[in-house]
Amino acid sequence: MSVAITQARNDVAGAGALVKADHLTCVFDVSRPWLERTLAGASKQVLTAVADLSFEIARRETFALVGESGSGKSTVARMVVGLIEPTAGAVTIDGISMSDPRLGAAREKLRRRIQMIFQDPFASLNPRWRVDRIIAEPIRAFGIASDHAVVGARVGDLLKLVRLDPADGRKYPHEFSGGQRQRIAIARALSADPEFIVCDEPTSALDVSVQAQILNLMRDLQDRLGLTYLFISHNLAVVRHMATRIGVMYLGRLVEVAPARNIFDTPRHPYTRMLLDAVPDLEMAGRQRKPVDGEIPNPIAPPSGCAFHPRCPFANERCRSELPQLAPSGPAAVACHAVEEGRI
Amino acid sequence: MTEPLLSVQNLRVEFPTRRGILTAVDDVSFDIQPGEVLGVVGESGAGKSLTGAAIIGLLDPPGRIAGGEVRLKGERIDNLPPDALRRIRGRRIGMVFQDPLTSLNPLFRIGEQLIETIQLHSGMNAAQARDRAVSLLVDVGIPAAERRIGAYPHQFSGGMRQRVVLALALAANPELIIADEPTTALDVSVQAQIIALMKRLCREHHVAIMLITHDMGVIAETADRVAVMYAGRIAEIGPVRDVIKHAQHPYTQGLMGSIPTLTADAERLTQIPGSMPRLTAIPAGCAFNPRCPHVFHHCRVVRPELLPAERSLAACWLHDAKARVSA
Amino acid sequence: MSIASQPGNAEAPKGLLARAWDSDVGYSFRTSPVAIAAAVVTIVIILATTFAGFITPQNPFDAATLNLMDGFTPPGEAGAGSGMKFSLGADSQGRDMYSAILYGSRVSLLIGTASVIFSLLLGVTLGLVAGYIGGQIEALIMRIADIQLSFPAILVALLVFGIARGLIHPSLHEQMTFIVMTVAIGLSNWAQYARTVRASTLVEKRKEYVDAARVIGLRAFPVMIKHVLPNVAGPVLVIATINLALAVLEEATLSFLGVGMPPTQPSLGTLIRVGQQFLFSGEWWILLFPSAALVIIALSINLFGDWLRDALNPRLR
Repeated sequence: MSVAITQARNDVAGAGALVKADHLTCVFDVSRPWLERTLAGASKQVLTAVADLSFEIARRETFALVGESGSGKSTVARMVVGLIEPTAGAVTIDGISMSDPRLGAAREKLRRRIQMIFQDPFASLNPRWRVDRIIAEPIRAFGIASDHAVVGARVGDLLKLVRLDPADGRKYPHEFSGGQRQRIAIARALSADPEFIVCDEPTSALDVSVQAQILNLMRDLQDRLGLTYLFISHNLAVVRHMATRIGVMYLGRLVEVAPARNIFDTPRHPYTRMLLDAVPDLEMAGRQRKPVDGEIPNPIAPPSGCAFHPRCPFANERCRSELPQLAPSGPAAVACHAVEEGRI
Repeated sequence: MTEPLLSVQNLRVEFPTRRGILTAVDDVSFDIQPGEVLGVVGESGAGKSLTGAAIIGLLDPPGRIAGGEVRLKGERIDNLPPDALRRIRGRRIGMVFQDPLTSLNPLFRIGEQLIETIQLHSGMNAAQARDRAVSLLVDVGIPAAERRIGAYPHQFSGGMRQRVVLALALAANPELIIADEPTTALDVSVQAQIIALMKRLCREHHVAIMLITHDMGVIAETADRVAVMYAGRIAEIGPVRDVIKHAQHPYTQGLMGSIPTLTADAERLTQIPGSMPRLTAIPAGCAFNPRCPHVFHHCRVVRPELLPAERSLAACWLHDAKARVSA
Repeated sequence: MSIASQPGNAEAPKGLLARAWDSDVGYSFRTSPVAIAAAVVTIVIILATTFAGFITPQNPFDAATLNLMDGFTPPGEAGAGSGMKFSLGADSQGRDMYSAILYGSRVSLLIGTASVIFSLLLGVTLGLVAGYIGGQIEALIMRIADIQLSFPAILVALLVFGIARGLIHPSLHEQMTFIVMTVAIGLSNWAQYARTVRASTLVEKRKEYVDAARVIGLRAFPVMIKHVLPNVAGPVLVIATINLALAVLEEATLSFLGVGMPPTQPSLGTLIRVGQQFLFSGEWWILLFPSAALVIIALSINLFGDWLRDALNPRLR
């Protein structure tokens, strides 16, 4: 299924975003323990993992968040499903805020509509539980069904849906390979019939041929069940295969958000360009590339102004002192002074 | 044809377990010429890391070399006593592992580790060794090397640490470096830097590299030739351009089709049905036969040797006209 | 290099016992003579002490069955008073040593087991809570554990004993001794469980299956019990086994010091204390056999625990 068809489907999808993130911020206190700090005379240290992040995801679309280590993308994923409380800002799903304490009951119903698939297939399944119990847990927890036979039948259907044998339900996770475990994790995520699934690097720990199977499966399931995905990854080629819109993160901030085609054809932000340039060339087109110097700075002590300026070939004085904001630039939104000033 | 720097012939690595003897590397042969980069690529369980470990004598017991020869410039090194092997390790063959965090001793400054290695293998005095250490750090691109030589590993970032590990590997002027997944734990932008660095060092110091990885992209950028491993055997070996663009073995073809790229149309990815067999259940004949779209009777019976296939060698009966006829 | 079992195919899953026998641990047991011997001895002792009433010629602590004339009968001979054969000799009151040892071992093992269960429940609960909840609670629990671990277990037990003595009405002392001993020894040993379980909990709570449970809205308590506890219980078994031997020895020590089980309902320690008086007057059997019994019990449990720890340690395999 080409990107064009997926985008067309996106156009006719229901109006109004399913997921909205509003100025999400997450700050961790990473100070040393009080006693040590006082004795050493050191001050408190904070790590800003995510700063002022806003995006929207429409129904049935796949929005990808791309970034390297330290970009904060995993923290965003955890905030969206409610595993971490944002320090500021809010996540709204179908109009209901995840962090509003007044909406207690509605929030519980909301949980049922969101699920998550994790990166490590070996750690995301409880090694002491049988597979059928693992998959049935959301069904039982949300009170969808409690009768043993009904639950068992549903678990069997789910296993078939992810192309495993229903008899595998009686086995333990360690009896399966990485790819099979990820299928079990997908079956678990689907068991309560969610609308929205957050996928945190679901194929990064898998071999490339297994990755292909899982990605194909995820796309098929999305088409069949009308799912919405938030897809987190560091691998641009994988993202290209899955996403309709892409957000590029650097040190906790979004630097560019655009439809997938635009990110790959006409990347605007210097970091996006650098990321694309850094992907090894499998086509052996022999393109000349000059890797950008430097590495991700320490998030505890980020550079002033635009966090990318120490590595950016287009940085000027303004970049060193003033933080750029996301501003529209064609179909994309870019947070870059050079782009805004028309310099690149 | 010059004498190969490293020659591996019919290498077999076994693990005796109570369930029987498992053959993790089964009859693997290849050569590395001086100064060339040979990529060894495969998915997890293919045996590529074990091949590297066996060559340098770092197999964890109960694993052992059960057959074959490894020759460095014509001399056998697989049957040497541990002391002699230790002298070769570091002096003539350097190693770079995946995780720079655990490759460097966190308790010692990087300068100390470098100087110790240099002195061990070259007999320089402390001052000379220090000068060489600094020049090595400059060579691998550590800024302010003169000052940073006194730093501890945890004070460096991941990419910088990997550069230090490369410097350590080069310290004794080896002829060959075995790099096992050197860029897997790094960010993609840092990965590009390290790849460029390795290519430059390989050229300047005229050192050959055996690059073990699961990442075809890294191989495409770095290697001259590539060996594709499957279930402990070599499926295909040849010049990197040929293997990637005109794969001759059905497994390599499936593998290339399943890798998402930046330029191909975002169509459905090719997927190879099934998964790599466990060591306890390797099929008879060709190990890939249960998953192969072109399988015929001979494949299930006789294990293929590496046969000429265009400009590469492929272990596939499709390239033996006689075998095809008998199908 | 991992050699995991077959991926999902049409293989029928086996029952628990079959899997246990077939597993690496089961194999390790089958091939270790020490483990088998220790297990056999332990099981024999447990069975013998449980059914002591059926396999002993007399109940040595029922005064009506004793005959003072049997006193000091050497091993293997018949008693002067009753004519009964005393295989291991008789003590000063005419009690059969063999019977006394079995009854005494039963008391020792009962107290040992009860105290192990007590410290296990206490330690695992505190360790789980400390590890999972963290923060001030964790700091508090761990500091208390640290402080306690710096005292020898015997001192802690003596302290608890002393406090109990002060709190309980003197007339109830003898009946309560069993409970007080259990609590005293239990309280002296909980800290190791807490430490180990806390460390394992810290590791497990970072794993993604815990996140997955939290995503569907499970609260802390169900997550701890249903998800984390089964995964941190492994090392606890090893500690409990080795601890059992220690608890038995600790109980023996307390009884030997005179603060434990009274001579009317003695444990092995009490028997040893009583027997000590007669060592140098020639009636060596009154001391030797209870001591030997204590050593055999402690040794076999200890050896079994050692094997279990090595068998369950993935790194040593």
